[in-house]
Amino acid sequence: MVGSAMAAVLGHDIHFHDKKIALLEAGPRKDYDHLPDSYSNRVSSISPGSATLLSSCGAWDHVCSLRLKPFRRMQVWDACSEAMIVFEKDDLDDMGYIVENDVIMSALTKQLDAVADRVEVFYRSKAVGYTWPLPSHSCDTSPWVQVELADGRRLQTKLLIGADGHNSVVRKEAEIQNIEHQYDQSAVVATLHLSEATDNNVAWQRFLPTGPIALLPLSDTASSLVWSTSHDHALELLAMDEETFVDSINSAFWSNINHSEFIDTAGAMFRSAISLLKPSGTAVRQLPPSVAKVDPESRAMFPLGMGHATEYVQHRVALIGDAAHRVHPLAGQGVNLGFGDIACLAHHLSAAAFNGSDLGSLKHLLKFETERQRHNVSLIAATDVLKRLYSTTLAPLVLLRTWGLQATNALPPVKEQIMAFASK
Amino acid sequence: MFTVKRLFSTSHSSVDSKEMKKFQLLAHKWWDEEGEYAALHSMNDIRVPFIRDTLLSMSSNYHLGNPLSGIKILDVGCGGGLLSEPLGRLGASVTGIDPVEDNIRTADRHKSFDPVLAKRIQYKSSSLEEIVEESMETFDVIVASEVVEHVADLEMFIKCCSQVLKPDGSLFITTINKTQLSYVLGIVVAEKIMGIVPEGTHEWEKFIPPEELEHLLESNGFLVKTVKGMLYNPLSGSWSWTESMSLNYAVHAVKAGAQPTDTPPETDIQQPSATAGTAGTAPDGPV
Repeated sequence: MVGSAMAAVLGHDIHFHDKKIALLEAGPRKDYDHLPDSYSNRVSSISPGSATLLSSCGAWDHVCSLRLKPFRRMQVWDACSEAMIVFEKDDLDDMGYIVENDVIMSALTKQLDAVADRVEVFYRSKAVGYTWPLPSHSCDTSPWVQVELADGRRLQTKLLIGADGHNSVVRKEAEIQNIEHQYDQSAVVATLHLSEATDNNVAWQRFLPTGPIALLPLSDTASSLVWSTSHDHALELLAMDEETFVDSINSAFWSNINHSEFIDTAGAMFRSAISLLKPSGTAVRQLPPSVAKVDPESRAMFPLGMGHATEYVQHRVALIGDAAHRVHPLAGQGVNLGFGDIACLAHHLSAAAFNGSDLGSLKHLLKFETERQRHNVSLIAATDVLKRLYSTTLAPLVLLRTWGLQATNALPPVKEQIMAFASK
Repeated sequence: MFTVKRLFSTSHSSVDSKEMKKFQLLAHKWWDEEGEYAALHSMNDIRVPFIRDTLLSMSSNYHLGNPLSGIKILDVGCGGGLLSEPLGRLGASVTGIDPVEDNIRTADRHKSFDPVLAKRIQYKSSSLEEIVEESMETFDVIVASEVVEHVADLEMFIKCCSQVLKPDGSLFITTINKTQLSYVLGIVVAEKIMGIVPEGTHEWEKFIPPEELEHLLESNGFLVKTVKGMLYNPLSGSWSWTESMSLNYAVHAVKAGAQPTDTPPETDIQQPSATAGTAGTAPDGPV
């Protein structure tokens, strides 16, 4: 998805008018004239920044005409205490959008077709070998990257952009170090149907000691589940009958079994202290909708991990998206980080093209690396800390995070900072 | 802050054989972005936009994806092709000449790997004077970047430029001023202390003050449109435009139309715009 978006954005850039772009796609061509009635279980939370990026290549209009669900509010709360935080837009702006990955792909495919003279897509292709150029001052061998495909074709390029996911082969072949860690968690996804129709414009997330569970709106009556939990529990969730599965979800959102009197008292005291200082009060807690049933066949699971490439670029190579960084889905930022990479890299490449520069030169690639690492590292680290902080039931840590969340919730400037950062 | 050596090419009479040998030794180093020619590589960040934007402002019909399409450029003293290649990528058809054969070999080989450039650029081991006869009024633009400070006979060089340019064609020059500061920084510091530029690259006596260059241009049928200072920051390795012309500077001049003026209008030396129009010499607002 990130690779297709990169190709579509460059293909629609005025300064790339004269350039040739090849997109190597392992899968088949995907586009829908009619969407299937049922929702796909793979969805992304798209930030306003990502929506702007998709607009820049014309794909967002297609997304809007296919299927998406905006949300205006995000409520995050703790299973071990009353602590919660609410992010909300004062104006009627959307905080973000829940979009099926297939919808984004279909929109991007349409926009790639529109620039077929510039972007050639090799569907069902596989790169089997990369030949890297020697450093730029050697004049006797090809100064370009050569890519050999499984069907025997050979391509050469001035710049190879690796958007091949967290197991990136480009990253390995370029011998770029990756710092990685497998979490002791898997994510279970599913498409859910609500008991009754609501506005359904809130993204809900509750931190359970086993991992965060999130309910993301798809329509007035449907939501998407992302439940991060232990590998064993994930397997159980997949194996259980539909009714038990639905019960597990509802009790995960509603149960107070992890509360302790001590934390509740401490939290309540802190909250009354805040209300003395800030009598106007903080945002009101809302209750998540209850789930009635799960779409058959929509349950799936995948393991979670974090990773970060020590370098995003080398001479004639750049890594974007999960190839450069992998995060826990708890912040819903994975794909947005990837789209942020695209916006930044496209900006620098466009300027380089308008200056007639060699696109694969480290000079502008390094600017991309510096800008993105500054942004990504802080988000990846914060996400990792949150994941660890909320994976415990130890009273001191629960108390710490309870107060921290309550205090943050009471401080609009801090919340605005967080929202501004997450909406990039 | 420093001129970086780049060989000019002019007639037999103006090519200096001592200069030629100097550059022959370095011919294979051209494309190392971090090497001897790093400052010349990074100069592209300001000289390419300077040339591009000046030409765009003079043209009414262009495509941003291919801004120099249809423009014929002569790159005099092209060296390894460091400036010819970006101009070619922007759509121009470029002829690069240089009297040092090794430079042309390096330039030729480097562009040969790029099918787009292979069509748009041709290199020739030749001096400017040698091509005057076959190239009368052929080029829309001449670029002589970091060249004129190596030329033996500057007036002849400028006359040749005028001959191969079409009427109203543009001449772009970047070079180094002849000041005490340019002696200290350009030769003592850059060559002898910091080694940014190989020792012996420059001879201070050949440096040209902007007033003198302007005078030479105007008395040979050019209208000087822009003169502005350039500054190299050796710590960041980057160039920027500056008010002061005490070190490096860039000039844009236009060959006067059919009837060259004998008394060209006085042009303000300090004309800090990269986009002076074709008509008249009124300075644009400060950038």
